[in-house]
Amino acid sequence: MSGVWIEAGVKVAVLMGLLLTGAAYLTWVERKVSGFIQARIGPNRVGPLGLLQPLADGLKGFFKEDITPKYAYRPLFLLAPALAFVPSLAVFAVIPFGDRLPILGRVISLRVADPNIGILFVFALASMQVYGVAFAGWSSNNKYALMGGLRASAQMISYELAMGFSVVGVLMITGSLRLSEIVFHQQGLFHWNLFIQPIGFVIFLVAGFAEANRLPFDLPEAETELVAGYHTEYSSMKFAMFPLSEYFHMMAISALTVILFFGGWQVPGLRAAGLAPLAVSILELAAMGLKMGFFLFLFIWVRWTLPRFRYDHLMTMGWKILLPLSLVNVFWSGIGILMGWF
Amino acid sequence: MENLFGLAIAFVAIFSGLMVVLHRNPMVNLVSLIINLASAAIFFLLLGGQFIAAIQVIVYAGAIMVLFVFVIMLLNLRRELDPPKGGRIQKILYLPAALALAAGLVYAALGPRIALPAPPPPGPDFGSVERVGELLFTDHLFAFEFVSLLLVVAMVGAVVLAKRRLD
Amino acid sequence: MEGYAAVLIFVIVGFAFAFGTFFISWVVHPHNPNPTKLSPYECGIEATTQPRDRYSIRYYLIAVLFVIFEVETIFLFPWAVKYQQLGLFGFVEMTVFIGILVVGYIYCWKKGALEWV
Repeated sequence: MSGVWIEAGVKVAVLMGLLLTGAAYLTWVERKVSGFIQARIGPNRVGPLGLLQPLADGLKGFFKEDITPKYAYRPLFLLAPALAFVPSLAVFAVIPFGDRLPILGRVISLRVADPNIGILFVFALASMQVYGVAFAGWSSNNKYALMGGLRASAQMISYELAMGFSVVGVLMITGSLRLSEIVFHQQGLFHWNLFIQPIGFVIFLVAGFAEANRLPFDLPEAETELVAGYHTEYSSMKFAMFPLSEYFHMMAISALTVILFFGGWQVPGLRAAGLAPLAVSILELAAMGLKMGFFLFLFIWVRWTLPRFRYDHLMTMGWKILLPLSLVNVFWSGIGILMGWF
Repeated sequence: MENLFGLAIAFVAIFSGLMVVLHRNPMVNLVSLIINLASAAIFFLLLGGQFIAAIQVIVYAGAIMVLFVFVIMLLNLRRELDPPKGGRIQKILYLPAALALAAGLVYAALGPRIALPAPPPPGPDFGSVERVGELLFTDHLFAFEFVSLLLVVAMVGAVVLAKRRLD
Repeated sequence: MEGYAAVLIFVIVGFAFAFGTFFISWVVHPHNPNPTKLSPYECGIEATTQPRDRYSIRYYLIAVLFVIFEVETIFLFPWAVKYQQLGLFGFVEMTVFIGILVVGYIYCWKKGALEWV
């Protein structure tokens, strides 16, 4: 019993460390890539290549004055950033990063938990995500914050539907909700769900961008209309929780896209190459990292390529295009499986 | 271990349930209700019903509560924060109603038990999505199909009620 | 319990991390409040109206429709998992289920409930 707890504790600690460092350096990558896209240099003062910039930013967050507006509802104002942060972190408990790592005479499964309800667990946490944003907007007692919180929640729930429907095709093919089984089902390049479920993939990715509140869907914080949206009144580390959860969100969406549509950690032909098990595990972990990295890059790339949507266009797209399209995709997958095409 | 954890969650559930009724601020009531529903999900999980637990969170603590959040977010709370002015009927009836409910609860807890047949021991896949799917789409097919009718009625009802304001 | 214990640790650690950082920052950051700093941000102008006003009914409508479709999604998941065993029977079942709901969806569309103007 205690062995199980220790192993789980170690895994959580390692994963937490990796995620926090990852999110910190993702801000650096985002600023560097943005700089590259806009033909400027990006951060380059703090440390070589500006590599210590995330650390400086983090420290700055701690030392900034933390203002709670006079008319804010304090308990919720304090709770909201934590509520935004925790679900975006807890998602990683069910995301498998690899198969097994044979190390130090033990075989360690490269996932913290792999429940039977896998993808539903992810959706359950995603549905909790709304509250951090909604409560932040409400408790600030500020017009812009309230509008931002309201818009953000309406947007998140609208795209949650399309996201839910878009993965049904994958689940029909796999016959399981367990994320590791979804990965194992995609052995060989042409069994990747990307090629079997292209429509599902596009809907999932678009909905993912909207769920993470990233451009072109960052209407809740459209600065020209709403100042900073739901976090207008936040400062210091309470503010920092919102961007942090946004970066976690981006990483989670990237990881899920890879798992659902790009064969997860698997590299076609790698298992057959006859390498040592440890080398295979490490290469597979690296493959997972690379695939995720591509989608994280895509998030940044899209940010500087597409202009922001208008709010009515956003809702129309969610309810009138993505929702029916994802239903058609379910129908189509049903016919395909009956006919034995997939 | 699991029993102890379940007991702790039971206290969370009771406390949040009380806060739903007793606190003055509607937003606190709402947060308490979300916590209450989430602790119910943990009970399902402890009993082995993983799928039901996920539904409890997604539909109740997630979807339905979002609707409540929208309603309360857009209320003008100044009036709601004032002490409630109950009607005359409430003032007369609240005590007997509360006593009747309390008596019913005590009777249910301490009174004679209805002898139920012992449920069959749960199989290894009890509470999994596969098992639920199997039962839902074979034995409970009609109930499932009627749900769609119910949902359509709800949809039409919502549109009709909102329509007056939309035009 | 299939690693739910680990999930629990994750949630607890997450809350501890969030409130821990708030606490550390509360210890080290300066505390110099003044009335202007504490007033609600309104682009430099003093707020004249209450922020919590009435808003468009569309938000409620979206939320209701969301609940309904979310329930539909929930039914789709166990069906999708069992689909290959259910075969044609399952296909017909779900076509009827979704067909009825599509009627409701078309009704909403025609009535303008999905318009956002």
